[in-house]
Amino acid sequence: MKYLMTTAAMLSASVAWAETSVLKVYTYDSFVSDWGPGPAVEAAFEETCSCDLQLIGAGDGAALLARIKLEGARSEADVVLGLDTNLTAAAKETELFAPHSVAAEFTLPVEWSDDTFAPFDWGYFAFVHNADMDAPANFRELADSDLKIAIQDPRSSTPGLGLLMWVKAAYGDDAPAMWSDLSDNVLTVTKGWSESYGLFLEGEADMVLSYTTSPAYHLIAEEDAGKAAAAFDEGHYMQVEVAGKLANSDQPELADAFLAFMVSDAFQSIIPTTNWMYPAVTPAEGLPEGFDTLITPAKALLLSPEDAAAARDGALAEWRNALAQ
Amino acid sequence: MAQRIGAISGPTAAGTVVALILAALVAVLSRADWPVVFGPADWAVLRFTVWQATLSALFSVAFAIPVARALARRRFAGRGLLVTLLGAPFILPVIVAVLGLLAVFGRAGWVSQGLGWLGLPPLSIYGLTGVVLAHVFFNMPLATRLILQGWQTIPAEQFRLVGQLGLPPAVVFRTLEWPVLRQVVPGALALVFVICLTSFAVALTLGGGPRATTLELAIYQAFRFDFDLGRAAILSLVQLAVAGGAAVIALWVLPPIVLQTGRDRQVQRWDARGLWPLDTMWIGLAAGFLLLPLGAVVVSGLIGLGQMPASVWSSTWTSAWVATLSAALLIALALSIAAWLAQARWGGAEALTLLGLAASPLMIGTGWFILIYPWAAPVRFALPVTALVNAMIALPFAVRILLPAMRQVFVDYGRLSASLGLHGLALWRIVLLPRIRPQLGFAAGLGAALSVGDLGVVTLFADPEVATLPLQMYRLMGSYQTNAASGAALILLGLALGMFWLCDAWGRRHVAG
Repeated sequence: MKYLMTTAAMLSASVAWAETSVLKVYTYDSFVSDWGPGPAVEAAFEETCSCDLQLIGAGDGAALLARIKLEGARSEADVVLGLDTNLTAAAKETELFAPHSVAAEFTLPVEWSDDTFAPFDWGYFAFVHNADMDAPANFRELADSDLKIAIQDPRSSTPGLGLLMWVKAAYGDDAPAMWSDLSDNVLTVTKGWSESYGLFLEGEADMVLSYTTSPAYHLIAEEDAGKAAAAFDEGHYMQVEVAGKLANSDQPELADAFLAFMVSDAFQSIIPTTNWMYPAVTPAEGLPEGFDTLITPAKALLLSPEDAAAARDGALAEWRNALAQ
Repeated sequence: MAQRIGAISGPTAAGTVVALILAALVAVLSRADWPVVFGPADWAVLRFTVWQATLSALFSVAFAIPVARALARRRFAGRGLLVTLLGAPFILPVIVAVLGLLAVFGRAGWVSQGLGWLGLPPLSIYGLTGVVLAHVFFNMPLATRLILQGWQTIPAEQFRLVGQLGLPPAVVFRTLEWPVLRQVVPGALALVFVICLTSFAVALTLGGGPRATTLELAIYQAFRFDFDLGRAAILSLVQLAVAGGAAVIALWVLPPIVLQTGRDRQVQRWDARGLWPLDTMWIGLAAGFLLLPLGAVVVSGLIGLGQMPASVWSSTWTSAWVATLSAALLIALALSIAAWLAQARWGGAEALTLLGLAASPLMIGTGWFILIYPWAAPVRFALPVTALVNAMIALPFAVRILLPAMRQVFVDYGRLSASLGLHGLALWRIVLLPRIRPQLGFAAGLGAALSVGDLGVVTLFADPEVATLPLQMYRLMGSYQTNAASGAALILLGLALGMFWLCDAWGRRHVAG
């Protein structure tokens, strides 16, 4: 009898659990790590939705898109969070995404009008160096210096692709010449951001391709004011990270609710000190202390998703030719 | 006449491995867009890949031979520990090993600092030098262990005999050591070549840029950047073909097997008493080359231990049981295949086991993902799939380790066992297993350690709740938690070496006793 009651209790408990709707969000790995925004975002959203938010890490932005393409229309994902504007044109081509219904006053340095993808954070790419070093003021000065930089491979890393687009946006047809002038400054090219940043922290490279917000991490989390980002007068290319709802989601309302939550203060205030990027909508309390010390580029560069997709393969070939000499 | 052991299970195990790889390849091809072009840039990639793998294999084995020779004829305090540590570089995650190497050989490394005090410019290893240096660091220790095992198959009686006759080292080399080297060196070369063939992050990082593009990077690009599955499959096929070609050449130059018998006695090397300065130099050189970068990993790991989140410990647990499962699968596959090949006159089928190592993990992961996806959520298979892929990667090593010892047992005890009517399980239990116990321990340890350190396919199948230790470490690095990541790397090194040591010590207890 006791056994039966326990079984009945367990059964009813599992029925109750099954009735809780589950929202599956595919995102990149560092988003879900203990130090990333994932745990706080999950707790904050579950407070409002009485649902189970599952954040599923799948490599980086490019891996995320590959995963969605592999799974196709039968994907269990409801939302994909973590693509950037270099990937959104290819993502739209899959026709797997549905228009979003997010309305917000985005605080991006550029106009935002994409109807499929809504931004959740953004940053400027920049070369980070030790604060006691005289940093170059543009790519030309960098190319003329003896400084060694660690960069990421555009074929395997989203910041790497960002640098490719940065040089392309700033130099256009002169980009190949700039790359061949830079080639003796490139210490090495790594698979991902972590490897490059590791090389920089170990003192192997003088500068590393990262974000203008990287020094804020060292300042706020480590109380170390020793890192700085070099301001380049050509302007800085932006990375805008976005999320989109899948057309075949079995939880479309919940997915919409999540995207609306994504641009609210509760989500946006988590971003600066966990993802170390600028929030897409500056929360009411403003940015955390320390962010005011960061450089503000005079000019924001960003190719439209269509232009970025069109320029990508040509820019990659130029980059390979220039650095393979 | 009784069925020979391994006669059915051996080909079945080998066939399963081949089928699993082919299934992945076919699955990827089924989603391909045609036609696929293999252009001039691809030929350049192929040339670089083969060239760096060839150099890496030659240097690794050339360095390993004198080190193995020295270790074979010297007994000294800490020898056992050094032999265990030989397994360490191989299992380290790429980025950890690269940072360890650069702490010693980098622009800001110890060697460069020393040069700076002498007023000399810093060392720059980026380029082919760096690629080969790193590959030697990863693979020389492994080659040393394989060659050392070969040396230990020379019966003690023969060394006693040459000692009594007072034969000079050159003659000893020609009569005793050279025949053994001819047996083990081609296999070791092929193994290191195939490992380096699939190198990606090491080659790119230390190669200094896109001129160091390998096939594996091109495969990665096809999957991730272009999402061109046809291209990815063709490149994977080329990689398998080159590795297969190398394996066939290696097995083809292997001389016919002639085994000698002796009693299992402790080897006393009377012939090498005067050669200790040479041996000390080689052992010292190898130890320094391995231990300094490892030391750098340990030092930065100790600093980071206090900053690790609790999740590292649950990942440690996950990795430990994945490694155990992987080692068990490995031993089941390897024993069947080795027993089968040990009784075959020509061991050509050993080449098949190399395919698991030569197949791109990304190709295997993607292929299986496509296969599993229509039936079940691939996430649920994340850990078993990781264990299986790791076992397939370790399989050629395990077979290489087990095979010579198994052949020896069949030569020594085959006829006796047959006349006593021993077969099946009884033959395994009474005759085979007790005699290959050291090799079994080494193979299982290597498989477990390799599994602990492998990031492999788990990223593709990533489960939100459970992460293996290498994945956890990469996640920490990606969140600026460099110190915590170093701590996790140290835990990883400890776990891998611990599991390796447990298995290896279990195997070697028999020899010492």
